[in-house]
Amino acid sequence: MAPEPPLLTMSGITKSFPGVRALDGVDLEVLAGEVHCLLGQNGAGKSTLIKVLAGAHQPDDGTITWRGERTVLKSPIAAMRLGIATIYQELDLVEGLSVAENVYLGHEPTTAGFVVRGRDARTTTAALLKRLGHGEIGPGTLVGDLSAAQQQIVSMARALSHDVRLIVMDEPSAALDPDEVDNLFRIVDSLTADGVAVVYISHRLEEIRRIGDRVTVLKDGRAVAGGLPAKETPTRDVVALMTGRNVEYVFPERPTAPPLAEPVLTVKGLSRQGEFAPLDLELRPGEIVGLAGLVGSGRSEILETIYGARKASTGQVVVDGQVLRPGSVRAAVRAGLGLAPEERKAQALLMLESVTRNVSVSSMSRFSYGGWLDRGKELDAARAATRELSLRPDNPSAPVRTLSGGNQQKAVLARWLLRGCRVLLLDEPTRGVDVGARAELYAVIRRLADDGLAVLMVSSEVPEVLGLADRVLVLREGAVIHESPAADLDEHRVLDLVLAGGR
Amino acid sequence: MTQPASPARPATPKTTPAGPRPRGFRPDVRTLSLVGVLAALVLIGGITQPDSFLDTNNVQLILTQASVIGVVTVGMTFVIISGGIDLSVGAIVALASVWATTVATQDYGFAGILFTAVVVGVGCGLVNGLLIAYGGMVPFIATLAMLASGRGLALQITDGKTQTVSVDSVLKLGERDAYILGIPPLVLVFAAVTVVGWLVLNRTTFGRRSVAVGGNAEAARLAGIDVRRQRLYLYLLSGLCCGIAAFLLIVLAGSGQNTNGNLYELDAIAAAIIGGTLLTGGRGTITGSVLGVLIFTTITNIFALNNLQSDVQEIAKGAIIVAAVLVQRRTSTTTS
Repeated sequence: MAPEPPLLTMSGITKSFPGVRALDGVDLEVLAGEVHCLLGQNGAGKSTLIKVLAGAHQPDDGTITWRGERTVLKSPIAAMRLGIATIYQELDLVEGLSVAENVYLGHEPTTAGFVVRGRDARTTTAALLKRLGHGEIGPGTLVGDLSAAQQQIVSMARALSHDVRLIVMDEPSAALDPDEVDNLFRIVDSLTADGVAVVYISHRLEEIRRIGDRVTVLKDGRAVAGGLPAKETPTRDVVALMTGRNVEYVFPERPTAPPLAEPVLTVKGLSRQGEFAPLDLELRPGEIVGLAGLVGSGRSEILETIYGARKASTGQVVVDGQVLRPGSVRAAVRAGLGLAPEERKAQALLMLESVTRNVSVSSMSRFSYGGWLDRGKELDAARAATRELSLRPDNPSAPVRTLSGGNQQKAVLARWLLRGCRVLLLDEPTRGVDVGARAELYAVIRRLADDGLAVLMVSSEVPEVLGLADRVLVLREGAVIHESPAADLDEHRVLDLVLAGGR
Repeated sequence: MTQPASPARPATPKTTPAGPRPRGFRPDVRTLSLVGVLAALVLIGGITQPDSFLDTNNVQLILTQASVIGVVTVGMTFVIISGGIDLSVGAIVALASVWATTVATQDYGFAGILFTAVVVGVGCGLVNGLLIAYGGMVPFIATLAMLASGRGLALQITDGKTQTVSVDSVLKLGERDAYILGIPPLVLVFAAVTVVGWLVLNRTTFGRRSVAVGGNAEAARLAGIDVRRQRLYLYLLSGLCCGIAAFLLIVLAGSGQNTNGNLYELDAIAAAIIGGTLLTGGRGTITGSVLGVLIFTTITNIFALNNLQSDVQEIAKGAIIVAAVLVQRRTSTTTS
């Protein structure tokens, strides 16, 4: 069999932005019908590379060869015409339009050039959805009424509505439940069977093992390995390539004696209609309690309800014997609760503002006299808090948007440290944080607990909950189905509980 | 090959808690460019009408004209920074100015007029604020409703007639005798509102909270800020500014009219926008807005001195708004 030329060859791709060289001579070769995985930490250049491939960024240097011919991807439309489709992590669908209208957005089947043949669009859309195993999605449904997983399917249908030869999927499984992931993999398999190539980006190594053919690893804008066999390369080697060192998650040591103090936070029969069943929970100073469970098991909802950001249907939250007013974030903050939410950028940070202002925002009354701010005092206090957590760079006036994910999280933690909060609620504390920076964050969290904070954390990464927490509550469909010291559990047991209820 | 023997690194000055504090007033590129535009306008005015433009009387006139809309713009800037909009400012100015100049109010003299203007302004702001913060209405809609009903009420009060002011102490404020060191009292009020506005925005918790609410309302709420109360206060502040502006207008015109403050909402929004305030909230400066007001007022003056019709003025205004926003987009993409 004569070797077919690769479908796509990118070589020497270089792209700089003011102050950063995002890509530095990256090579990528993709064969027809393969699943090519792209691995790398945040900031390694994955996003920039796929944007170049999608025609959204123009490379400063380097060549792109498509089916044996040199080509320039001038615009997203040019890339699409060649048959390159990209499914971004943040789905780019119009919520107010129907499924079919979204699928054919920009290339509607028309009569006389402008009258949209809606019926044709709906028929072909229905066929595409069926091919993707989601015949239950009606082509006339508004996209805004669909679940995240279904919206992703619509995105894929849109890609397939073009004559596509290469699909780029940017962390497609991030928002999906396990059975939805299975369906995703079935789709990927059927695409590759038709000769379509898939460039698959994921953080989850086990997924790459399952469906990947070859792996290219990016680090600091360079391809440090290209075309490794996805199934055979040992995990240790892959992690070593990504981080440039051999890292295993290092969790800080637990204190030897269990905390004896009186509980600082007591949750009694707290529930929310349709989200989670009545929950009882006690949290002592110095203790880290973890909530494990799948997306949709009610984890974030529980934290936000304790915090008063959602109003409880039943039950109470008691801090130091004082019952909090339900549905009042201000009451919770005043009582000493602090939340580091899952969506840091959307829910916690003031992206246009400096580190100092982000840290001091919850404690402004401490630096003000009758509303008048003492900015010197504010700066000193904020700096003390960020130094305590070794936030980098050590520059209080740096805009918070320029910080890495880990340091942004530290800014949120510093906010509560400065406030003098006593109960810290952490929702996915390492979401968007580089693998290399996680260990440091774990150490910070443990240190805060050792200093007397009570911590309640939620994470979808089971090893993280098991490694960091003292005590673990396992959630399934909004109810606690298991509670035990973290040391008595292992990953398999937790997954068993989560997936099958322990049977 | 000589390797440079590890050069002694210059001692990098580490900022320490005892080190220099960030300075308050740091003119950025954007502010400087606005100052540049204003300077260019002054130059154009000086060249085209060398005798009349730089005349003291004319400069006093420009600043006086800027005062009324300037005070409104300071309030508007706060509202826009917080992610809102106040379309009712012109209507509030009109309503406050006619309510404060009815025969009954004028009986109470200077204090009665001033008091009524401010109370009507704050009252309208209160209604706006309650509807938006606690009634969950979109600012655009709530203040649009206030615009319509405020104008309607103003017409009802005056029956379309001009209400001449006969209180001497009020009228005197607008006369040359009242000028302090050559500065009209109205301009002093404008300056005072500007300074207070700057201090409130940059030096108080109120200012910080306004910026936080505009930058990310959800984050502000989860950080423990009472977002709804803050929003209420912001519309109260805008109403207060309108009340003050209405009083200035009464002094300036010597009367109250239901047509007062026509299209002030657009002028104030335009001035804030060319001053660099983000229409989506989270960023903006009082300095920029005030420069925006001065730029617009100076253009109007230059056009009037050169006998150009108001249609040409309006076209130029539109062009300036577009140019300013394009320039800002460019500078903001290169700096971030």
